[in-house]
Amino acid sequence: MSAPSHAPESVEQPEAADTVTKAPDGRGGSDNRSLRQIAWQRLRKDKVAMISGVVVVLLILAAILAPLLAKWFGHPPTQYHQDLLEPNTGLPYKDPDNPVPPGAFPSSEYLDRWGAISSEHLLGVEPVTGRDLFSRILYGAQISLLVAFLSTLVCVALGTVLGIIAGYKGGWVDTVISRAMDIFLAFPLLLFAIALVGVIPEGILGLTGNGLRIGVIVFIIGFFNWPYIARIVRGQTLSLREREFVEAARSLGASNRHILFKEILPNLVTPILVYATLLIPTNILFEAALSFLGVGINPPTPSWGKMLSEAVSHYSTAPYFIIFPGLAIFITVLAFNLFGDGLRDAFDPKTSD
Amino acid sequence: MPPPLTEMLNYILRRLGAGLLLLAVVTAVTFWIFFVLPKWAGVTPRGMAALYVGKAPTPEALDATVERLGLDQPVVVQFFNFVKDLIFGTEYVFGRETVECAAPCLGYSFTTNSPVLEQLLSRLPVTVSLALGAAVIWLIGGVAVGVLSAVRKGSLFDRLAMGTALVGVSLPIYFTGLLALAFVVHSWKLLPVPRYVPLAEDPGAWFTAMILPWITLAFLHAAQYARQTRAGMLEVLGEDYIRTARAKGLSERKVIFKHALRPALTPILTIFGLDVGLVLGGAVLTEKVFSLKGIGAYAIDAIIGKDLPVVLGVTLLGAVFIVICNLVVDLLYPLVDPRVRIAA
Repeated sequence: MSAPSHAPESVEQPEAADTVTKAPDGRGGSDNRSLRQIAWQRLRKDKVAMISGVVVVLLILAAILAPLLAKWFGHPPTQYHQDLLEPNTGLPYKDPDNPVPPGAFPSSEYLDRWGAISSEHLLGVEPVTGRDLFSRILYGAQISLLVAFLSTLVCVALGTVLGIIAGYKGGWVDTVISRAMDIFLAFPLLLFAIALVGVIPEGILGLTGNGLRIGVIVFIIGFFNWPYIARIVRGQTLSLREREFVEAARSLGASNRHILFKEILPNLVTPILVYATLLIPTNILFEAALSFLGVGINPPTPSWGKMLSEAVSHYSTAPYFIIFPGLAIFITVLAFNLFGDGLRDAFDPKTSD
Repeated sequence: MPPPLTEMLNYILRRLGAGLLLLAVVTAVTFWIFFVLPKWAGVTPRGMAALYVGKAPTPEALDATVERLGLDQPVVVQFFNFVKDLIFGTEYVFGRETVECAAPCLGYSFTTNSPVLEQLLSRLPVTVSLALGAAVIWLIGGVAVGVLSAVRKGSLFDRLAMGTALVGVSLPIYFTGLLALAFVVHSWKLLPVPRYVPLAEDPGAWFTAMILPWITLAFLHAAQYARQTRAGMLEVLGEDYIRTARAKGLSERKVIFKHALRPALTPILTIFGLDVGLVLGGAVLTEKVFSLKGIGAYAIDAIIGKDLPVVLGVTLLGAVFIVICNLVVDLLYPLVDPRVRIAA
């Protein structure tokens, strides 16, 4: 996170801390739980949010531990298993020990539409290459989450700085930044992204191959999606700058920089965290879309979007090849969405306990 | 009461001005991406020319392209020429042959040997069919479900609809589309493989070809619209004037459709304008999934075939669609929500 550690308990800004700790729904002073404590208690009661939170943590762990897990199951994501496939159709045999008898037509009697799922290959193997689908999906999580987190970080950094400046300065600065936000939101983003990937040459900034691709994708998503964060930050800053604690700081002679980053920013950490969580699934879908279109991560590095685009040519013969990577994207995006929704409701002062 | 004509005209002119400004910015950014960024990255004029000419060009052809496109000139001059061609059109001289590129000239594709705009226009019907059909479905479907959910908040319908909507916004089109192809088309054989047929040629075939892409594309948006409509309706239904309307003894139908729905629709209209504009500029993913040869699919082919003028043209055209749709929406505001004041 680009924001400094939030500081309700810090001695330096008691004013800022005060506004955070008081429950804004007017339940008065006898209740001295902080908003954060209230939110945590609400979140714990929200079963859907808790389950999706656990799924999110498991996904992150799976992505981090992908190399270990792949080693454990014994199938590196780029290892071919062509002995499991019927050479003409590229589809896996139902039973590799009993391939199609000589002269017989390779029909569904011998071939498996469901990828020859076995204890050896938990989600079956890819058609044509025979690579292990389970370990490819695990490795795909790495790319997906890495790109999503990094690009969200860029969005948060850009959005926070520009949003806070727009909201605090007001006047023409606000007008320019707000106009810029409108323009960025109106851009044909996907087209721009594929165009950029097309013109950026290999070796720029010393990056090549997938390092370059990841860099470009992170840059594009971050550069075009910051207005979502900036809008929230700007709106919050607008109301915060009129509050007493800001005025108090100003009358004590605090500099603008101090007010912006030491007084206002700590109060923005919560909304930024919530909306960053909700931006992550959007960015996951974006990366997958780029890879699906063939301008994302380069093969043979596994990526969910790329797997789906390879599944296009097999949709009639190997539907499992669509379902597993698709479900991986769906579950990840849904978990982040549900968790973000829960987080937002928990922190929303309008929600009742 | 309709606003005075001069005020209306003033409003339209201001929105038009804002649209043109947006277009100018998009043009500048597009130019920057295609001409300045590669230069910063150390691409020589000849290298740039290679990107334009396409596969395996001779050095002479490269030099001719550098000359022709003015790639060795200062960036400012290049930008000026770029805008000039865009507004006034230009002519391309290839040896003895001259190809006219009428305004708005989006450039010349060396891969297809024709002006880019010509190519784009020939693919426009596919994208327009896809976009408009899907837009009608998702707007009506999304808003209807959202209104019903808000009115019957907490009911079984509401919970089912919102559950489906949440699943819907988490399902990418390149997953649902492929599933539809694998099951609806291939396994269950309910519909033929989508293959675009012009509407004028055979309306029935056009419809059966487009229905699956429409529904797939619309589902994603409808889910989002249903969620937003519901949230907006709930907010409006809590307002005092709704209580007043009910207290006056208005029928519930009148309260909902006449008093609550209109203000709740304003933010929906905003995103609708953006979404339709985006889809018209190329429903890249949907077209790729269903192998429809629209503008989006063309853009992808151009990227892979390194046909830079086409990519540039598609991007600009996409921006034009967004600007136009936003403009239409801005003009519709006062009709939908009487609270939107025409004067600033």
